[in-house]
Amino acid sequence: MDAPENPWFSLDYLQRNTEEVVDQLAIHATLTLQALAIAFLIAFPLAVIARRIPRLSGPIMGISGILYTIPSFALFGLLAPFTGIGRTTVLIGLVAYALLVLVRNIVVGLEGVDRDVTDAARGLGYTPTRLLFQVELPLALPSIIAGLRIAAVTTVALVTVGVVVGYGGLGQLMFRGLQSDYRAQIMTATLLCLALALVLDLLLALAGRLAMPWQRRRVAA
Amino acid sequence: MSTVGEAWAYLTTWENWTGANGITTPTFDGGWRFAQDSIIALTLEHIWMSFAAVAIAVAFALPVGVLLGHIRKGGGATVVISNVSRAMPTLALLTLFAASAIGFGNRAVILAAAIFAFPPILTNAFTGMSGVDPDIREAALGQGLTRFQVATRVELPLAVPLIAAGLRTATVQTVATVPLAALVAGGGLGVIINRGLATQRYGEVLAGAVLVAALALATDAVMARLQRAATPAPLREAATAAA
Repeated sequence: MDAPENPWFSLDYLQRNTEEVVDQLAIHATLTLQALAIAFLIAFPLAVIARRIPRLSGPIMGISGILYTIPSFALFGLLAPFTGIGRTTVLIGLVAYALLVLVRNIVVGLEGVDRDVTDAARGLGYTPTRLLFQVELPLALPSIIAGLRIAAVTTVALVTVGVVVGYGGLGQLMFRGLQSDYRAQIMTATLLCLALALVLDLLLALAGRLAMPWQRRRVAA
Repeated sequence: MSTVGEAWAYLTTWENWTGANGITTPTFDGGWRFAQDSIIALTLEHIWMSFAAVAIAVAFALPVGVLLGHIRKGGGATVVISNVSRAMPTLALLTLFAASAIGFGNRAVILAAAIFAFPPILTNAFTGMSGVDPDIREAALGQGLTRFQVATRVELPLAVPLIAAGLRTATVQTVATVPLAALVAGGGLGVIINRGLATQRYGEVLAGAVLVAALALATDAVMARLQRAATPAPLREAATAAA
């Protein structure tokens, strides 16, 4: 008896399930972007605090380090009994993981700003807020963008673990493909995951280039 | 009873630690496997799977990283490998394995975890070896050491702190990856979480999550100590900055 055909790549699968694949891809992408945005909004003030008040930098880095060490599978499990099954649980987990990379890179970026530059700005009468947003932040951008790129790529991969709570984006397709031994479904979801990570990485790199024209000139010179 | 109360009850019931029929159960082919209803057995299985995965990764990644670092070639390739591995979801690799000839179970999970433990060990071994001050290399060569002696007696000891940092990253990451085994019919502590979710006993989910998190944090603490022990005092600050 011949086993039924079970190819790794199948255009037929894609054509028959376009709608579902696109839906899960959209869930995956929006979940990633939302997590990144929230994580950045939390990480930025934390990094500024860690830098301004050295006494708090230990606890801030320590707690984000512990959050990062807790396995994602366990974190979703820890949250599920309280936040239920679904998007919120996955989102909180993703934010928790992106936090450490972002805080660390923002702190490193801010620390790398030349003291002479900040002194000069202060001498010109810049208030601390204006100094932060107009001098320190732009100079810290290379490190911040690097952190965002790492966080984006890891988040795309992590979303798939959301299957544990029934909300894993493309991971949902992988898991169903596993249960029904449908190779094309697993392979399609895997390739789309890698493609999504690549696209986000390139977009962030491009955004970095657009936001930092001075870097381009330096490379050209 | 509340979820927290259920979790507490689960963790404080002795039978849940020892299992109903001991730590191992016989298999049909005359062998044995870890009992899936015992926390002790699942923890041992978890540690064993993590150890096996890291050992495989070390066996392949360390020689390659040390060699490439010594000849100072292939830096671009190591960066590409670590970037791609970051983008590759663990679940994707596990499900791909399960649907292929490699199949389900612990062996497939160990293999997948080993693949993900490979890049941090490789990258750190490469960075450690290639980062050795060229003056030191030249001084050693000038004193008449062979290239092999330079690699093993000069560069390798100086690279040990970074190699230890890579080992720590890889080990902690592996302990965090192994719980996914539960999704592909493997063992380890993830089983408790997965079973709890499937049976909607959220107290067990919480208890399992606490156990996995505790194991990961304990592993990190142990590896941090090993990393510190492997790092000579003058190099400690540099190693922390690099990790």
